[in-house]
Amino acid sequence: MEIIKTTHLTKVYSNNGLEVKAVNHIDLSIEEGEFTAIVGPSGSGKTTLLNMIGGLDDSTEGSVEIAGKNISSLSENELIDFRLKNIGFVFQAYNLIPVLTAKENVEFIMLLQGLSEKERKLRSEALLVEVGLADKLDSRPNQLSGGQQQRVAVARALASKPSFILADEPTANLDSHSTSTLLDMMAEMNEKEKVTFLFSTHDQRVIDKARRVITIEDGKIIKDERR
Amino acid sequence: MKTTIKIAWRNIWRTPMRSFLVIGSIVMGIWAGIFVVAFSYGLNKQRTLSSIKNSISHIQIHHPEYEKDYDSKYFLENPDLIKTELETNENIKAFAFRSLLNGMISSPVKSNGVRIIGINKNREKEVTGIHSGLVEGNYFESKRKNPILIGEALAKKLKVKLRSKIVLTFQDTDNNIVAGAFRVCGIFKTQYTKYDEGTIFIQNSDLQRLIKSKEFHQVALLCNSLDDVDPTYHKLKTKLSDYEVKDWKTISPELAYADEIMETWLFLIMVIIMLALIFGIINTMLMAVFERRRELGMLIAIGMNKSKVFFLILTETFFLSLIGAPMGMFLGALTIKLTSETGINLAIVGEGLQSVGLGNIIYPEIETKFYFFISVMVFIFTLIAAIYPSRKALKLKPTEAIRTI
Repeated sequence: MEIIKTTHLTKVYSNNGLEVKAVNHIDLSIEEGEFTAIVGPSGSGKTTLLNMIGGLDDSTEGSVEIAGKNISSLSENELIDFRLKNIGFVFQAYNLIPVLTAKENVEFIMLLQGLSEKERKLRSEALLVEVGLADKLDSRPNQLSGGQQQRVAVARALASKPSFILADEPTANLDSHSTSTLLDMMAEMNEKEKVTFLFSTHDQRVIDKARRVITIEDGKIIKDERR
Repeated sequence: MKTTIKIAWRNIWRTPMRSFLVIGSIVMGIWAGIFVVAFSYGLNKQRTLSSIKNSISHIQIHHPEYEKDYDSKYFLENPDLIKTELETNENIKAFAFRSLLNGMISSPVKSNGVRIIGINKNREKEVTGIHSGLVEGNYFESKRKNPILIGEALAKKLKVKLRSKIVLTFQDTDNNIVAGAFRVCGIFKTQYTKYDEGTIFIQNSDLQRLIKSKEFHQVALLCNSLDDVDPTYHKLKTKLSDYEVKDWKTISPELAYADEIMETWLFLIMVIIMLALIFGIINTMLMAVFERRRELGMLIAIGMNKSKVFFLILTETFFLSLIGAPMGMFLGALTIKLTSETGINLAIVGEGLQSVGLGNIIYPEIETKFYFFISVMVFIFTLIAAIYPSRKALKLKPTEAIRTI
């Protein structure tokens, strides 16, 4: 099943009257259960593409369809609601809520979805156990290592049962051990639970794990390799 | 909502020093506001009560023409009718008939224009507080002929002392010039220097002997309480329609006017204090929003809608005020409780205060409704203070959370 589909997706930034095409007519299709890495040099348009797919940025031209729904025509509030229900985000800087514990961070997104307290408790604990943080439920982000924080971020992204997870450079701030643990965990989720992951990355370790690697340069796909 | 409140509460303690500073400024601002208001109310009330006690009383009755040019020919006709009416009114605590004249007081060195008040010493004692304000001598207890009470300020001006001889000159009811020698039996001091300088008291019997008339020009009466003044005033106005009946607000409109002005003035003081506070709150909340722009952007990115983000910032702002305001009010109430019993001694500026009819000790007081008024004000101003930082938070682009990795 096709989860993500972009058609002639284009983003043009205007800088001092000079137009820069960050993303240039990209046609892309991601199937459910894929483990895809978007790679390319800095400024190639990876993050812009991810932002548009995640509904965080609007396109200049073209469209994005998520699970058959064209999100390009949604209003800002509709997009927020759409993201809440359909997309999980993992950021490079983890971006956990510092005043909440690991469990509360995972619960928070379910709270926004309106799930009951019992459901939130059960699911958040199960997810944190799944990412190997059973003993860190009540720890705040500043009591966790970078790798542990990123695992909480993954658990949070999965908590809303999204159609797919967008991860922008998720391993950029992690040491090799934490990177390896995180990637193994995400690969296992992908294999066992068919969770769809879409990464943007520079990290060769992520690229090595990915089953599909899309290379972007100057806003265009120059290579789309399946393994 | 519970989690949003929990996050908001914890957020304000992320930078405890900053939160303590802004809460502290709210506490101090509200405390200062309450205290200034209580002090001003106390000051004004003291001025009013002092005027009522020492000179004007609650209600006065005159001949309808008397106040046009204060001519002694306009005396009260049929005083027995007035007396009967006053004696049957339960709201009236005491009353005194007075003879009033304008004249000159002369000592061997100086003269001064004065208001001569002829009184019945026992009756007057129940209406005014002159007897308790004596700084020297006694209250007409001297056996000497023609005793007179003069104010301390006038005594200084005339350079006279206790038992000094002075001469009063005035016109009788037939406009003849009459003079009489009097001896100072007492020197009084009220809270109003100008009053002390321009008013003297002699006994009705002495005055009436000089002017060869047994008439009175004024009845001063005191009600049981300030609350009794209005009904008594309206009743007397109807019953004694042939006379001029005036309550203290009409006799001394500046006192009543001061009450009204005071309310507006104190409202403005509170608004100014609250305005200063909201700038502090806005500044603090803007810093908080600016520092947490990635976090707020992330919240919007993962699906927290803008109304919830707005509510989060609003709640944080309210927490700052809700901690500070009750503490400020408590501190204010405590200060007023303590100072309303002991008073605040302003002897250092005593002369200045007395020139406008105030004593050295001020007793702050405040009506309970004022605390409610402050609570409403804090709520409104906090809401205003929260709007700008909240709008800033709403303008954050969620992409910022991803871009600023």
